[in-house]
Amino acid sequence: MAGTIIRNREAEVVVFRRRALIAGIFILFAFLILASRMFWLQVIKRDYFHTLAESNRISTLPVVPNRGLILDRKGEVLAANYSAFTLEVTPSQVANLEKTLDELATIVDIQPKDRRRLKRLLEESKNFESLPVRNRLTDEEMARFAVNRFRFPGFEIRARLFRNYPQGEVASHAIGYIGRITVDDLKKIDTANLTTNYKGTDHIGKRGVEASYEAELHGRTGSEQVEIDAGGRAIRSLSKATPASGSNLMLTLDIKLQKVVEDAFGERRGAMVALDPRNGEILALISKPGFDPNLFVDGIDPLNWDLLNNSPDKPMLNRALQGTYPPGSTLKPFLALAALESGKRTTTQGISDPGFFSFPGGSQRWNDDLKGGHGYVDMRKSIVVSCDTYYYQLAADTDIDKTAEFLSLLGFGRRSGIDIDGEVEGVLPSRAWKDKRFARSTPDARKWYAGDSISTGIGQGYNTYTPLQLAHAVAALANDGIAFRPHLVKQITDAATGEIREVKPVIDGRLAVKPANLAFIKDAMVGVANEPGGTSVRIFANAGYISAGKTGTAQLFSLKGEKYRESHVTERLRDHAWYIAYAPADKPVIALAVLLENGGFGGVAAAPIARAVFDFYLLGKMPDPKISKAMEANAKDVD
Amino acid sequence: MLKTWINRAFDAATKRLDGPLMMTLIVLAAISFTVVYSATGGQTFDRSLGQMRNFAVALVALWIVANIPPQQLMRLAIPVYMVGLMLLIAVALAGESRNNAKRWLHIGILVIQPSEIMKIGVPLMLAWYYHRKEDGLALKDLTVAGLILILPVGLVARQPDLGTAILIFASGFFVIFLAGLSWRIILGGIVAGAAAMPVLWNFMHDYQKRRIYTLIDPNEDPLGAGYHIIQSTIAIGSGGVMGKGWLHGSQAQLDFIPERSTDFILAVFGEEFGLLGILLLLTLYLIVIGRGLMIAVNAPTTFSRLLAGAVSLTFFTYGFVNIGMVSGILPVVGVPLPLISYGGTAILSMLVGFGILMSISTHKRLVST
Repeated sequence: MAGTIIRNREAEVVVFRRRALIAGIFILFAFLILASRMFWLQVIKRDYFHTLAESNRISTLPVVPNRGLILDRKGEVLAANYSAFTLEVTPSQVANLEKTLDELATIVDIQPKDRRRLKRLLEESKNFESLPVRNRLTDEEMARFAVNRFRFPGFEIRARLFRNYPQGEVASHAIGYIGRITVDDLKKIDTANLTTNYKGTDHIGKRGVEASYEAELHGRTGSEQVEIDAGGRAIRSLSKATPASGSNLMLTLDIKLQKVVEDAFGERRGAMVALDPRNGEILALISKPGFDPNLFVDGIDPLNWDLLNNSPDKPMLNRALQGTYPPGSTLKPFLALAALESGKRTTTQGISDPGFFSFPGGSQRWNDDLKGGHGYVDMRKSIVVSCDTYYYQLAADTDIDKTAEFLSLLGFGRRSGIDIDGEVEGVLPSRAWKDKRFARSTPDARKWYAGDSISTGIGQGYNTYTPLQLAHAVAALANDGIAFRPHLVKQITDAATGEIREVKPVIDGRLAVKPANLAFIKDAMVGVANEPGGTSVRIFANAGYISAGKTGTAQLFSLKGEKYRESHVTERLRDHAWYIAYAPADKPVIALAVLLENGGFGGVAAAPIARAVFDFYLLGKMPDPKISKAMEANAKDVD
Repeated sequence: MLKTWINRAFDAATKRLDGPLMMTLIVLAAISFTVVYSATGGQTFDRSLGQMRNFAVALVALWIVANIPPQQLMRLAIPVYMVGLMLLIAVALAGESRNNAKRWLHIGILVIQPSEIMKIGVPLMLAWYYHRKEDGLALKDLTVAGLILILPVGLVARQPDLGTAILIFASGFFVIFLAGLSWRIILGGIVAGAAAMPVLWNFMHDYQKRRIYTLIDPNEDPLGAGYHIIQSTIAIGSGGVMGKGWLHGSQAQLDFIPERSTDFILAVFGEEFGLLGILLLLTLYLIVIGRGLMIAVNAPTTFSRLLAGAVSLTFFTYGFVNIGMVSGILPVVGVPLPLISYGGTAILSMLVGFGILMSISTHKRLVST
């Protein structure tokens, strides 16, 4: 019995030894496989993996250039940069953003406004982008976040450069603003082949000078080779190509003047363009109401955006370039000049004004705004007292196409070529224009009628122009027929080299008129502001300088046969008030066009703003609010 | 006098230790401290010191186990196995879930992972069973042995913890294999297993399937499931023959390798010490396994033979699965690199295994035949 057990044991040991040997061979074989695999990875494919490891390790990061500054003509800062700490989030790294934001709000002040903005940015951007949650963190908030950072993966504090517009609403339509780059912007950047230069850039000019001079302001993006860790954080810098800061822009605007005018507008809607007739430099460009460009810098929140966009006052509309209004009587000096040049009128030729115009044998009457008429009216008086009947008659005697041709030389119905975007053409009516405008209508509706000429003859009817066009035209007149292209940028300074490039004035029109005719018209416009009966004479009483001007009233509401009474129509339907002017009359250095929406009669409402501009620009006088109120009241019953 | 006293004390302390195993163990531990230091950024000694503590604790366990004679160990087989099984059932009923896996059990203030116990419990139990049966090659015995093996493996696989289940299965299977499991059954099992693949596939969790896909083409999801394997092969491959030098592996130091001080520590080692380092490591492992098998072959009883053999082969399985996984030839399962990866539990169970080997190798003279 014992024998079998021993034999069994021996047999078992033999089996075990054999099995152990097989296992050993198997193990050697398995380790050989592992060693071959390592040989494959570390010897044969070593270079391949080495390259991969290097590209893992090294990342080229864009170094965003500083955006150029924007200054006014005297060096006052209009747009600048400041560095601030912002709390940003990469949404793809956060599971429940809403909940995390609630928690975060206990540490860092997060306003509903910030949340709304983030929500909007989330919809517009890709998930892996870093988006701002809160800007301008205080030191205390930064410290609190730093301590709690581990609780908020995906959130980070970054130092960023921000755009700041220290003037707030002042000149906002001219300066414009920058905003976050959208998908549409990206397409444009791509088309312009600038993708590389915009790596790392979050913002782009959206409006005004910020948009039209984007190329100069942006600068050239540099790059930095850095060693990064798996989380993409830079560990150390390997090499660097420094960026070139954007150029600084000096504008033609005089921000103090701008401010004076904006204050003079107060809460009223309208626009004003003042420029130097000798070179086309825009000294002030007003469109009221304006907006605060600072709201747009980090992405405007939807609430404010809706407020701006849906306001009936249309604060986002740049009225100076984009608003078109019938010019009313401000067109008269230009029409008179056209008549002198074409020989349809002489300076001395006059009419007797019965208070209305009608075609011989016709029954329709076009009323003068002075019941009973102005009596005997020659060309000079027609401008000084703004006699409508004179111009009804003139329109009847001239051909609309000839008139359009002449006005076109002064820039009416054309884009001026100002160096910001959005300008519109307005309407310079002619037969060809009407035919095209009503191309889909009956042939009768496309025809030009004599009656059409009559109302356009006093700047009503189909005429609509922008305040910029009127300012440009009056500047051309002031500068004896030589018109300069209006522009907002005076000089461009290369931030790196300090090299200054002056923007040269560009002549965009020469009015080939007889000097005597021009002088006659200009003299009549001096009369408007300086002679008894002149429509703005009370406003310019005791000015201390001689200015030339012309009032205008653009009718919005036609009260058939009834006398127009301001108090009887609602504010929105009141006439627009115009005033065009230049000063000093003998050697003009400033020309302007003021438009007050629903302002009523031009001489009453718009001319005081021109007075304020000239007083400040020529004499350095700040307007006295009490005096301007009194002037307005005094002028009330001129009409 | 004092000298002899010290000598005697030293003898007493080291009597049950095995020279070659201890030497290899010390070298491996030194490598572990070095690589763990590098894998934690080379800035702080926290983890290296932690790893030393892990080794120190495990060494005490090793010494205790080495001093338990195999006969005593045999008596522990049933209690250890039964307690382990109970705890596994308890986990299945009332375990704590982390990351969708029920592996942990709260006992008072302790949180334990019962599957770890079974890494020793199963081979211990099976070795005891075959020892008692002496010529236990009958089909009935195989059925019982199979049950002893399959119960805990099934429970662990259900947690789910595929890595541990594989290791427990391997450790138990080695006992049965070394006891002389018929080749016909082995081959039959392989064929049946291959045939059952499609069925098994349906039972696999999505994440497990994904790991298989990832193995076939890691670049299919380079930032998700494929990320680990892509980054670790880049690390190893870029190390070349000589390696980039200690603390100079860019993949390791810049955090590209996930789990770099635990399961993927081989990637750090391979990047910084190159092919030469890895060959050294494989050699050290071979020494451990070879020495273990030698102890097994020379062991006097069936129990100690089978146990020593299974412990050695299980050690091999650890190394093979981990290295295969990190170098991209096996799917990703949670198996640490033996004696190198940071982690107390793994080192403890590994050194308990060493203790068993040493106990068997140093107690054979006391066993009378």
